[in-house]
This record gives sequence, C-alpha cells and structure tokens, in this order.
Amino acid sequence: MAAPAPALVHAARPPADVLVRGAHVLDPREGIDAPVDVLVRRGEVAQLGSPGTLRAPEGAEVVEGEGRHLLPAFVDPHVHLRTPGQEHKEDLETGTRAAAAGGFCAVLAMPNTAPLVDTAPVLGALLDAAAREARVPVGVVPCITRGQDGVELTEMAELRAAGAAGFTDDGRPVVSAGVLRRALQYQRLCGGVLALHEEDPSLSTDGAMHEGAASARMGIAGIPSISESTLVARDCAIAGYERGRIHLQHLSAAESVEAVAAARAHGVAVTCEASPHHLTLTDEDAASLDTRLKMNPPLRAEGDRRALLQGLRDGTIDCIATDHAPHARDEKEVPFEQAPMGTTGLETAFAAVHTDLVLPGVLGLALVVEKLSAAAALFALPVPRIAAGEAANLTLVDLSAEWTVGEAGYESRSENCCFAGRRLRGRVLLTVAAGAVAYRERAFAVSAA
Amino acid sequence: MRHLLSIADLDREDIERICARAGQFSEVSDREIKKVPALRGRTVLNLFYEASTRTRSSFELAAKRLSADVVTFAASGSSVEKGESLKDTVLTLAAHSPDAIVIRTPHAGSAALVAGWTTAAIVNAGDGKREHPTQALLDVFTLRQKLGGLAGRSVWIVGDVAHSRVARSNILAFQAMGARVTVCGPPTLIPRDIEALGCDVRFTLDDLREADVVYALRMQRERMDQHLVPSLREYAAHYQINGRRLGARQILMHPGPVNRGVELSGEVVDSPQAVITAQVKAGVVVRMAVLYELLAGARAGEPAHLEPQPA
Repeated sequence: MAAPAPALVHAARPPADVLVRGAHVLDPREGIDAPVDVLVRRGEVAQLGSPGTLRAPEGAEVVEGEGRHLLPAFVDPHVHLRTPGQEHKEDLETGTRAAAAGGFCAVLAMPNTAPLVDTAPVLGALLDAAAREARVPVGVVPCITRGQDGVELTEMAELRAAGAAGFTDDGRPVVSAGVLRRALQYQRLCGGVLALHEEDPSLSTDGAMHEGAASARMGIAGIPSISESTLVARDCAIAGYERGRIHLQHLSAAESVEAVAAARAHGVAVTCEASPHHLTLTDEDAASLDTRLKMNPPLRAEGDRRALLQGLRDGTIDCIATDHAPHARDEKEVPFEQAPMGTTGLETAFAAVHTDLVLPGVLGLALVVEKLSAAAALFALPVPRIAAGEAANLTLVDLSAEWTVGEAGYESRSENCCFAGRRLRGRVLLTVAAGAVAYRERAFAVSAA
Repeated sequence: MRHLLSIADLDREDIERICARAGQFSEVSDREIKKVPALRGRTVLNLFYEASTRTRSSFELAAKRLSADVVTFAASGSSVEKGESLKDTVLTLAAHSPDAIVIRTPHAGSAALVAGWTTAAIVNAGDGKREHPTQALLDVFTLRQKLGGLAGRSVWIVGDVAHSRVARSNILAFQAMGARVTVCGPPTLIPRDIEALGCDVRFTLDDLREADVVYALRMQRERMDQHLVPSLREYAAHYQINGRRLGARQILMHPGPVNRGVELSGEVVDSPQAVITAQVKAGVVVRMAVLYELLAGARAGEPAHLEPQPA
C-alpha cells in the first residue's frame, strides 16, 4: 500500500503576484545567501534575478526588500490550535494568523482537543473547517490511542487515508511499552510518523517545574529530567527493534539528547525537535512563578539548554518546533502549581531565537532558518524552497527591527507568551504561504502601498 | 515594608526590628488588659484556603490585640467551594477595603499573586510548600529569647523537608541571623538540590549532637499514602527525636501540631528542652509586630502605641 500523503489544507486565497526587490535571500537548502530579486507569479516563484534586474509585470505588487531578509517560510510540526472544543483559547483562524505573523507557511495541529481527534469523522470535520478558515496550510496529527488513554490503537489506516499527517498522543506519553510496540508494528501498514511526548508519569508525578535548585527553593514538586530521558531511551529501543519511525517532541533534557544521539548511532529512525523556549530560557526564569513560563516539559537547567543548542548544531536535533499552546487569561491567572502547562510561541519563535541565539553568535542564522522549516521533510510535507517553479512559501523579515512582545497585542487569541514584555529584534514583515499572502505587518503594509 | 511574602525579602536588620517590636508587644500580652489601640479602625482579613487552627487564631488574636477589626474567611463553606477563582474571591473581598489580607493557600506564590490584585498589605501565612514567613520570625524571636542570638549556632531541621514551608522559611531566616543550618531526613523527603539554599544535608541523626537547636518537622500522615517512607514505625526508628537522641543542652522546637510517638517522643515534648509552647506564645506578638509594621508603616519608626485601650 502506498503511503497516503498528509492532507495540508487552507482557505482559498488569491494567488500572490509580488516582486520582492533587492532582499537578502537566505535559503540554506538552495545554497542562496545573497541579495536577489524574487518574482512570484500566480503563487509560484517564477524567477530569481540579480538585484535590480527583475521588473514587475502589470498588476504585480512591488515590495522593497533592501536591507531585509527573504527566507523560506517556516514549518511548525507542533501547534495546538485548540479546535474543536476549546475555541476560547484559539481557533483555526486566530491560530493560523499567529502562524503567518511568525513567518510560518504550514503547521501541524495536535489532537488533544475536545473531542480528541481520534476518529476519521473528527479528523475530516477538522480538515473541512481548516479548508474554510485556515490562513496557512494546516495538517492534523491524530491520536495514537483512542481517547489518548494509552490502551487501544486508533483506526490508524483509516485516519491515514483521511489525511493524517502522523500520529501523536501529545500532552501525554504512550505509557505502555507494549502499546507503543503495537503502534509501530501497525505503522508498517499505514505509515505515518509517531510523534511522541516523552514523560514517565511515575517520575514526573505532580511536578510543576524542573526538578533542581529552583524547584527546591520554591517548594514546588519537580519534574526530573529522567522522566523524559528514560522514556526517550525506551522508545528508541522499541523503534529500533520494530524498525519503526518515531519523532520525539519538545526535547528538554541533556540526557535525552544523549539518548537520541546513541540511538541514531545504532541506526534507529528517530528525529526530534526543540522549542524556542527550551533553547533560550531556564528553570531560573520559571522561578519567577510567572505562569506563562509553566510548560511541559518544563524549562530546565542551563546545562540542559546548552545540550539542546549543541544538539541543534551537531544535527542530533532536527528541527525547531514551537509547541504553541494557547490558554485563556483566566486559566493562567492562578497560582503556578494550578496553572495549565503551555506557552504560545508562533509569533515569537523567530525573533526570540534570533535575539537570544543568533545575535550573540550562539547559532548561525542559516542554521536557524534551516531548522525552522526542517520539520517539513520529517513529516513528508512540501519543503519550502526559494527556487523557480516552487510554490511560494516565503517570509520577509527585518532583522534589525525591534519590538516589545505583546505591546501591540497578539494575532493569537491567547496572550500566554513566555516572552511577553521582552524586547526582541527581528520582525516578520510579510509571509506568503502556499502561494498566497498570509500576513503583512501593519506598518509595513502601509509603507509598501 | 509593604507586604510580608517571603523571608528572602527581609535582611537581618528587618528581622531584628520585627523581633524588637514583638518584644515590646510581649509586655502587652502579659497585662491584664491585652489590648492597645495601635490599629484601631483598620481591617484585617484572614483568608484561609487550608485548615489551620493555630496560625489562624494566632493572627486573629494579634489583630484584635492591636484593636483592628478582623474578618476570617475560611475556604470551606464559602463561594470557593462553588468554584470561584482565587482572583475573583480576592477582588470580591477587596471591595470591603481591608488594610491587610492574611492569606494561606495550598499553592506556592499565591500571596505574591494576591499582592498584585489589591492595594491591601499582604501577609503570607503559608503558600503551599514554599514559605511560612511569620513562623520563621516567631522561631527566630523564640531562639533570641532562649539563646540571645543565633550567630554561629547550629540548627538542625529534621524530618519531611520536601513538603515543609516551615523548613524553607526557617532555612532562610536562621541563616540570615548567622546560624548554620543542617537539614536531615529520609532521602525521599529531602528535595534534590536543597543545598542551593545554603544548608547542609544529612540523612542520619548520627551527628545530631553538634546541634544547638533541634527543629523537628511534623510528619504529615498523608505522605504515607504516597509511600514516601515505608512506615511511620521505620521513620520513627531513624528520625524520631527522643530522650536518647536529644542532649540536655539542646533546644527542641516544633511548629505544631505534634505527632507524639512519630517525629517526637512524648518524653521530649514534655522535657525542659522543648520550647514548643513558647513558640506558640511568640506567634501572637510576632504577628502583632508584622501587622503593626505593615499597617502603621508611615509611623513604623516611632515607638509603638503601647498605651492601653481607653475604657
């Protein structure tokens, strides 16, 4: 049986006709790192040319790109769009608007909604809704187990035929090794990456922050790094044995990075992601008990953060994923231990990583750009490329523009952003997703007109 | 001082000033009429989300002896049980314009959160497992009475440190006063990296004799449900402070209520080394000092209003 392609759907929008003139184009996969004129015609990259050489055909918009960077747009394999059932936190429209504002041209939605996405009818209804409301293409990753209860497999083959982009019980681990093994066996029939939330609940118990000096000081039950790394090691072993394909979500601990590297060295088909917040913040930041800094896995120690950075550099960590997890204000306006886990992240991902990691020279810009869209290949999605003949998936950013997170509000319905109030450098000005203009920064929209 | 949220916000001078004022208030407590008009017309609101007899009544007495009006709001039997959020409850109660809110909740950081929602002075009377600053202040007050000072003294805090807000506040307070603090208990009840607070960690009582002060923590029976120790019997065998382990010149403290036969043997509770009732007595005057400092803030530099209540 040929593996069905994941459905990636969005609302119909007029195809873009845009000439971006003189922007510094950085597309590591295409080997471009220079000022280039880029012409988009009817939603496709039509032509690349030396700066000042391309002319806009009639009806095409001209965007002055000088001093700005044009990048392949980003792909996020891990967002919570909260639809169906939790639209007070986010919906397909607001969530994908946030994605476009962050420079993303595609996102994969997690299934821990109400109801859960664990049957083909729910998946179908969600994809239909995305085809009406989504500003950027949305794929859906339904559950591995029914009700995410870790016991019975979902009808994975039917879900794949209905467009599942993979499978995940995100928010929860697959606690039973036997159930995960069955899912990996069944994967041979239906394909689809299993994206795993790695957490041994017997170790994380009622923890609310990373177990370490900060949790000891705060008197808050800790989530030890081994609650993640032991399950990472176990699941890599199972995937290796079954020759299955797994993707590990939101790695946070140094031991987990080591475990992935060891599994890779043994040929296990495992990929993994790290989030902007785990790459830039630590448990000492969470010690403020600001509930926007409460997420699962928790912000960990400085040594863990450094291990994640090293993992990105040496390729152990394949991609950056936001784990965009919106929550309503009143849900987060409670004591830290009672607050739900999660931070929003789509609108700040690039700027946070650029400000905290690229500008200080910790990571190269090309590496960050590559990792922000690397998830596409991992999930068999179209890879954004700035090359003639490709669908236009690109984002224009001003690396020197400074802004304060949250000052002008958010595109997301929720405001639980762990970077709120931070002054960041790097602003998305324009995003073209699947050939259509999905976002224009307000001030930029005015000046370009 | 605007609020009392954490011992970490106080330095040695602050603690000494509060203790000195508590000393002045002790005289009041020994009078026949135990009341001064210092906070007449002020409203103190006690908001307790956890069962507490001692701390609550201690705060009530403290406020009343300062002539403040006191309202106590216990979570059970209130709108909290109907699902009202902490913020909504606080906003509702703040509509009564209390001058101070004394709050205890099962969650770390609650007092600090509440401080952002109202203009009242906030006193943290216990936020989850994090802190219980007035307990630490009354313990310092008690030790200053018994020892003169804490500089260079060794204090052992013994028991369930992981779940103890008393331990966390006392580690900070005793160290601020110059004492060396050692925490001791079963490894399952000592938080990883607690050394970050500056204390030593021991897992046996073998060196207990080096302590000038032995501070036993309550062994909460609900920990047994989580199987954090094999049995109370085994806990007592290794960590109970009893006549065999407690030296004649050591001071024994406990925040109460005591589980006789578990963390303390009956004989040491009744021994002359135990200062447990002195701690309770100190609780009222120290809380008077805290409320006075917060609510008479502008005049805090002047001598306390110690004149008896006019008839």
